Amino acid sequence: MAQNNNLLRIEDLVLHFGTTRGAVQAVDRVNFSLNANQAVVVLGESGCGKSSLAKAILRLLPRNVVSYSGRVYLDGNDVMQLDEEEFRQNIRWASISMVPQAAMNSLNPVIRVGDQVAEPAIIHLGVSKQEAVSLVKKMFQHVGVPEDFISRYPFELSGGMRQRVAIAMALVTSPNLILLDEPTSALDVLTQASIFNVLKRLKGELGISFILITHDIATSSELADSVAVMYAGQIVETSDAHRFFAEPLHPYSRMLMASVPRLRANTEPEFITGQPPSLLNPPKGCRFADRCPKRFDKCSEEPPVANVDGIQVKCWLYTS
Amino acid sequence: MTDKQRDVLLSINDLHVWFELRRLGFGHAGYVKAVDGVTFDLHYGETIAIVGESGCGKSSLMKTILGLNKPTKGSITFDGKQDVGTLEGEALRQYRAKIGYVQQDPFGALAPFMNVQRILEEPLIINGVKDPAERERRVRKVMEEVKLTPVDDFLHKFPHMMSGGQQQRVVIARAIILEPKLVVADEPVSMLDASVRVEILKLLRGLQEKYKLAVIYITHDLSTVRYFSERVFVMYAGNVVEKAPVNSLVHNPKHPYTSALMDATSDPDADNALTYRELPPGEPPSLVNPPSGCRFHPRCPKRIDNLCEVEEPTDLASDDHLVACWLYK
Repeated sequence: MAQNNNLLRIEDLVLHFGTTRGAVQAVDRVNFSLNANQAVVVLGESGCGKSSLAKAILRLLPRNVVSYSGRVYLDGNDVMQLDEEEFRQNIRWASISMVPQAAMNSLNPVIRVGDQVAEPAIIHLGVSKQEAVSLVKKMFQHVGVPEDFISRYPFELSGGMRQRVAIAMALVTSPNLILLDEPTSALDVLTQASIFNVLKRLKGELGISFILITHDIATSSELADSVAVMYAGQIVETSDAHRFFAEPLHPYSRMLMASVPRLRANTEPEFITGQPPSLLNPPKGCRFADRCPKRFDKCSEEPPVANVDGIQVKCWLYTS
Repeated sequence: MTDKQRDVLLSINDLHVWFELRRLGFGHAGYVKAVDGVTFDLHYGETIAIVGESGCGKSSLMKTILGLNKPTKGSITFDGKQDVGTLEGEALRQYRAKIGYVQQDPFGALAPFMNVQRILEEPLIINGVKDPAERERRVRKVMEEVKLTPVDDFLHKFPHMMSGGQQQRVVIARAIILEPKLVVADEPVSMLDASVRVEILKLLRGLQEKYKLAVIYITHDLSTVRYFSERVFVMYAGNVVEKAPVNSLVHNPKHPYTSALMDATSDPDADNALTYRELPPGEPPSLVNPPSGCRFHPRCPKRIDNLCEVEEPTDLASDDHLVACWLYK
């Protein structure tokens, strides 16, 4: 990808957590990049490390980190080199913000939603209360929340409205990039579609880039420009959306695609037998090997990342 | 065997379930009309899906079927004999033992301090199976059925030691261990990963076929109903707005709300990112003061003025594909 177009480039990102039973290799040498005004979907099942990847990017680390390294280039500058205070002031919630999983259920129940959305603006941008209010009104307009909801409490809003408030909170400091962790998984189908309409509008009209973390392949296609498939802490395929949704390459991606029930097709979905490996002691070699129908003897060694016409696939099948 | 030839297991007749709102000190403050006139029959061995969004009344309907709420009006007749709304005490408990319930959140549905063996034995103990060897036999059998194998590995596990899919298998095992004729599954897979959903739905379907269970599958996800039901009922604001065999509904949705649900359901397709989805404006109405006439009229793109907001449409027939909408008068 062209160097000058990259908004975000992640190289060899590692995040391991320490537990009494050993290190959980949640993020294990992840590489991917994102151009400005694009959305990349990080697709994976529970336990693959995708939420940890979000935390690694935003440096939201718990106390039991044993390994945290790699390079995260934002507009060409490696933000991993910044100290805590610089990162907090210039990066977290300034350039990159996040809508965490179940954000809509994590709003402070005793504070009015307008005040909650204003908070990042007051803290990070140093604006006055009045300026914050007009910022909040603008945000509510962007995400489609009626202005008079500013004085309401979270319990007075539906799930979809609360999720829009959470997005407004991430938007209020005008970041270039927003990470969304399962933004619609608890919502009804019409509400899900309306949230994606909001995200599409933010991408199209405000030029914001997104990293969408989800297990839901069908809804991820609503926003994706490119897709990175994560399995057991590693990225196994990176592709542009058109080619990915038409025909993914990695056996895991293919099985994942085949497991999606489709409203408009007659094929019976197939499920993937077995379970992802524990990140505590991931198997040597290819981590998908024991569930892979195309496994062969080379798979006992860790596969390199092959480049197939611009698509990166971490699989021996594609290495000549 | 056609629908007409199978016997009716559950007959729901003009069911209304209203919850009273009381304001402290001021008494009666209105009703939440969660289920407001629902009628249908469920046959032995039949699977039906009830599709609708949050607040449409599907959970209240389900809880009333399970005997956890009393109907305000109308009746639920089980097996041609019992009017569920009149059951009390021991009779109600015995009725509940005939229905299996698969809850939405597998982790929330399992007591965290009980291992699989205790969780599965509990229904047997409550229903008077005194012999421990008999209980163990039945527990092992049901674990084989839901493929929680090797059984010995899972018997002593606690819920937090299992994945979401495995937990849901325990919930399903618990639901069928008393050999019910009817299983009510309330969003059984919506909290599981998309790739695990198919596995659990196929498991349920296999059990349904093997034991000729009747299943009520409640969901808001239309893309799964094709694989798992024969008929679909679409609910909106306490009413059933469309009733049809599943293929008929999916290929020819009649009610504008059903069409809206279908249009909003994504299949994996990169072109989805290129357009905005057209959606009905607004949100589902309050069930305390639902709109007059057809409850969908404030949001309906096909609303007929002076008709839809005045009169409530009833089932307009087209063989077995019924719809409550004035467009089909």
